[in-house]
Amino acid sequence: MSAPAPLVAASLLDRLAGAQVVVCAGPGGVGKTTTAAALALALAGRGRRVAVVTIDPARRLADALGVGTLGNDPVPVAPGTLAALGVAPPGELWAMMLDPKLTFDGLVAELAPDPQRREAVLANPIYRQISTAAGGSHEFTAVARLHDLDRDPRFDVVVLDTPPSRNALDFLDAPDRIAGFLEGRAVQALLGQGRTGIAARVARRGTNLALGGLRRLTGVEVLEQLATFLAVLGPLTDGFAARAAAVRALLRAPTTRFVVVTGPGPVPAGEAIFFRRHLQAVGMPFTALVVNRVTVLDPASGDGDGGAVGARLAPALGAPLAAKVGRTWDDHRRLAARDAEAVARLSAATGDPTPVVVPMLDHEVFDLPALAAIRDALLAPRS
Amino acid sequence: MAGDLLERRLVVVTGKGGVGKSTVAAALAVAAARRGKRVVVAEVGRRADVAATLVPGGDDRPGVAHEDDVERFDERPLAGPWGDGLWHVSVSPEAALREYLRDQLPIGPLAELLRSSRMFTALTAATPGLRELLALGKVWELAQAERRTPGAAPYDLCVMDAPASGHAATMLGAPAQFAATARVGPVARQGLRIADTITDPASTAVVVTATAEELPVGEALELRDALRAEAGVDVALGVGNGLLADRFDAADRAVLDGAGEDPAVRAARHHAARAHDQQRQLARLRRELGAPVSTLPFLPVAQVGPAQVVALADRLERAIGRRAAA
Repeated sequence: MSAPAPLVAASLLDRLAGAQVVVCAGPGGVGKTTTAAALALALAGRGRRVAVVTIDPARRLADALGVGTLGNDPVPVAPGTLAALGVAPPGELWAMMLDPKLTFDGLVAELAPDPQRREAVLANPIYRQISTAAGGSHEFTAVARLHDLDRDPRFDVVVLDTPPSRNALDFLDAPDRIAGFLEGRAVQALLGQGRTGIAARVARRGTNLALGGLRRLTGVEVLEQLATFLAVLGPLTDGFAARAAAVRALLRAPTTRFVVVTGPGPVPAGEAIFFRRHLQAVGMPFTALVVNRVTVLDPASGDGDGGAVGARLAPALGAPLAAKVGRTWDDHRRLAARDAEAVARLSAATGDPTPVVVPMLDHEVFDLPALAAIRDALLAPRS
Repeated sequence: MAGDLLERRLVVVTGKGGVGKSTVAAALAVAAARRGKRVVVAEVGRRADVAATLVPGGDDRPGVAHEDDVERFDERPLAGPWGDGLWHVSVSPEAALREYLRDQLPIGPLAELLRSSRMFTALTAATPGLRELLALGKVWELAQAERRTPGAAPYDLCVMDAPASGHAATMLGAPAQFAATARVGPVARQGLRIADTITDPASTAVVVTATAEELPVGEALELRDALRAEAGVDVALGVGNGLLADRFDAADRAVLDGAGEDPAVRAARHHAARAHDQQRQLARLRRELGAPVSTLPFLPVAQVGPAQVVALADRLERAIGRRAAA
């Protein structure tokens, strides 16, 4: 893949001007959810009506935002809470925690032509399995929900946190994969020309190569279950296809932004670079790079090493504690040097000349003051 | 805890994304290879982080999707100070499917025709749990004393760098679930055999990794429950990863709190606060996991390489040895 085209140096908010959809994507374990919430807070602070869709947020953060229960519709963060965070009308912040199963069920209800067929799909054991998060539906439902909220007149902009995947690419691929299946290749394969006696035909048509092969592989019961599932799903396939096409278009729309979130460690950094290139390859926009949990050297620091620090602080702290502070200072400087190098490498490889660097805080982010601190770091002027 | 982890045939390493599963898998594999065992590390999910860690400057990069060969499995030796007993393979469901078809269908060309059928590909993708089952089936095959793959030399131990928490529980539960759904047929039969291996503590150990932070520890505890419910498996070992040196006690912290804004003092306060939080989360993991917990230090390096993995292997081996002796 060719090197990505560099972005123009600009503040994060400038790059998000005109955005209707902001997708926070990147490897697992780097604080994507927190970044999404803080970014939403920043946009609300600029007078926009923002909905943030979080995936599996820390319980305490969800409680702090007032969205402590799973629900599939955004709930407004209380005006008093927002005011304390510097958000005033017309700015609004709504938050929700994605429930993949509820989202999937809602989609089926919307697309089913009648209540009978809706119930048939919802009760099917194979449907129940694929509609759980583990079945890969997290990614599909996240973008399906994004599509609904994007058209919701209550919101100016929707910020989407993305599911934790082994590979960040899964987020981009999974909607197509599930949609491709739901929109009918498999359905047509099983239903063929007619729509009657599917299970019987499955059992009879040993000569059909694909069916025969799958039966050989899985046993006839699985095949029959699958046939039943695809038969009940049949009437919904056009709707799924249309929805999948709309979602694909939305992810490439000029009003959509992708913020790649990562950390300074070697594995997340490598994954972020790879992901950014893949965005380019599939024609999706890249807006900004956010590097979380970076150890930053205080500009006021002298260049003394741990030994010098220990000697300087010994009179005040006592020699044993001063020596420990000295050792910690050496660790700190080493880590800050590593992180500075990682940020520079990420900047060059992703083509973002001014990546957002969020310093490592003293504690994990679970309350609103900490979230506001992350927001302030996202908005800090960059050089 | 039943005996020595490295004397099993299959060790599965999982945990939340980003907690260092691959590093732990690499360290366990290196520890076993140094004992003279023939070990294979199996990575799933289009990644080759273990290979990238143990052979820096090779074809693989950490965090970068691995281009799997969908035709066959490439079992590669990873040379290093641990001797020549360490191997690596990337396991994709696609290659597992093809290998399975070649094994199961008596006529080669039929398998070829089948796997090139778009319809067949769509159907296998649509069958819930089949991809997971096929990938896990390959991992199981690598762990067998007598391997199904013609001419393949057996390994003493297979270390699986498994997917993240929820997906791992689903994957390990797939054989039993598939066997229950399918009841008869080759996959059902094989599902039962795989499930037997995975639920047998003498054969298989599951290692759950967590950084000592609220979310990863919470996920490790949920994973313990999910593994029991979905796969009938108990966690054999927890690994608390990325620990900062716990060098400041409560009295130190009190002094530092009143010691002003010298940058080094602020850095020490920051370190002390984070280390203190970590120790609380580690205590929670030890208290609630229901399995012994070993710890690994935070490594402030730009790239974890063979030297670091060897040092981590030393630590894990000492911990495992102590537990086996206890």
